[in-house]
Amino acid sequence: MGRSNKVIIYKENLIKCFFCLLSLLSIFFLLGIVFVLFKEGLPIFKVVSFKEFLSGTKWYPTYEPPDFGIFPLLLGSLWVTVGALIIAVPLGVASAIYISQIASFKIREFIKPVIELLAGIPSVVYGFFGMVVVAPLVERIFALPVGLNAFTASILLGVMAIPTITSVSEDALSSVPHSFKEASYALGANKWETIVKVTVPAAGGGITTAIILGMGRAIGETMTVLMVAGGATVIPRSFFQPVRTMTATIAAEMGETVVGSNHYHALFAIAIVLFITTLVFNIFADFLAQRFRRRLR
Amino acid sequence: MNGRRLKELVGFTILRLATFIILLVLFVIISFIAVRGIKVVNWGFLTEMPRAGMTAGGILPAILGTFYLTLCAICFALPLGVGAAIYLTEYAKQGILVRIIRVGVNNLAGVPSVVFGLFGLAAFVKFLRFGVSILAGGLTLGILILPIIIRASEEALRSVPQSFREASLALGATKWQTIRKVVIPSCLPGVLTGAILGVGRAAGETAPILFTAATFYKMSLPHSILSETQALPYHIYALMTEGTHPEVQVPIAYGTALVLLILVLGIDLVAIILRNRARRRKW
Repeated sequence: MGRSNKVIIYKENLIKCFFCLLSLLSIFFLLGIVFVLFKEGLPIFKVVSFKEFLSGTKWYPTYEPPDFGIFPLLLGSLWVTVGALIIAVPLGVASAIYISQIASFKIREFIKPVIELLAGIPSVVYGFFGMVVVAPLVERIFALPVGLNAFTASILLGVMAIPTITSVSEDALSSVPHSFKEASYALGANKWETIVKVTVPAAGGGITTAIILGMGRAIGETMTVLMVAGGATVIPRSFFQPVRTMTATIAAEMGETVVGSNHYHALFAIAIVLFITTLVFNIFADFLAQRFRRRLR
Repeated sequence: MNGRRLKELVGFTILRLATFIILLVLFVIISFIAVRGIKVVNWGFLTEMPRAGMTAGGILPAILGTFYLTLCAICFALPLGVGAAIYLTEYAKQGILVRIIRVGVNNLAGVPSVVFGLFGLAAFVKFLRFGVSILAGGLTLGILILPIIIRASEEALRSVPQSFREASLALGATKWQTIRKVVIPSCLPGVLTGAILGVGRAAGETAPILFTAATFYKMSLPHSILSETQALPYHIYALMTEGTHPEVQVPIAYGTALVLLILVLGIDLVAIILRNRARRRKW
């Protein structure tokens, strides 16, 4: 092998290493986020215990002495997420079934981009629309003192979660092999019976993945809930009460804290809880999706 | 009509109705903002500075700010994302490393946007001492859109037929020469789609720039990459939650929302059209 060949091989390997490093950057950033959150968040546990932090019912970070209990915020996130799913799951899954099983090619080619556009609307625009249109409407219809509450936030978050649920479910439904359906038709089942008893159960794993991803989207959503959920840090007793989520708390209060103060650390600690929650959801969704794909093969 | 047929009819109607409701919601949101916003938006609104404590005048600084932030984000994320995709499709063998990278990309895509904001605050604003600036916000947005760029570039690279690579290698070209001269030129439309989707996403995000780049009251245009800036999404939020003149601020917010909506949805539409064309492409 000549000298020039060696140089070429050396250069090729160098280029390969360079691209490998670039692809590792995503991991690097993810670890960077973990590192930053823990470094800035853990100091708060010198002030309150981890258990008190999670189960404390009072969030008054600026009082003297301050209270750092995020239980109301956890509940706030839970309520609006559950509310969002109640709206997004039926609509999302139903539209996915329609698009993948019933709609003609032309209609499908029209609806799919439109639903992608729905996903493209910025969250601050949803929040704005919620403040000027949905909240006053909710206030009037249900005769409430204030329209900015968990119910309004749930409606908007539900709409925002629909594109995720629709497109992931639609992929799952479309990947069910034709032979499954043909077998069902051959047994005399009509289209509806085939959808309900064959196609949807066969795509169940994929649809579950879609719902978990939609849930992750709703929990992590910030601007919309910050603008329309009302912002009260009390334990919600009804859907029509104002609530404050973990995300909204971070967004609303970080601007006013002193860097390095207990309040600052507490907000990062909330972000740890939020990050771990969404991480668990994502890994679970990933796992389900893998298993679903293997099973269909 | 028998019972089974009736059941089918009712079932189909429900599915159609659900889809129709989703389309209707999209239509209502867009048309509501368009009808109210169009009354405010005119040439002056787009090209003038705000006046009288953000209660009059235009939104030029916010438009420019969003432009700079997105530019910064895409300049950061595009080379990194395309490079990562090249490794994943051209070099890597299926194995534990690729599996880990993929989990990393998927999870980075699922991180809540406000957590990116915190990361940007601690890493760029404080640790690297960029301050609240276009650079800090742009980098934060860049990390946020990295997974979008990687995924789109991967799809584009995979759509290039294997025979192209084989032909080039058979002519004696090295792997890098093949990638540079054959693979990348063939997949450019797909990569472009990813870049455009990334720009659309970055332009609409608010939470990541809350504490890294954005400011509400700013009477001058940003003069360097290290100055703080207004931005369209943050401007909407601030108009609705700060200030004391909602009767004049809400109409301005309608106008700003319309501008942002046209910008983001326009960008997305271009990306979708480009992508569908690329997917249908026969080599």
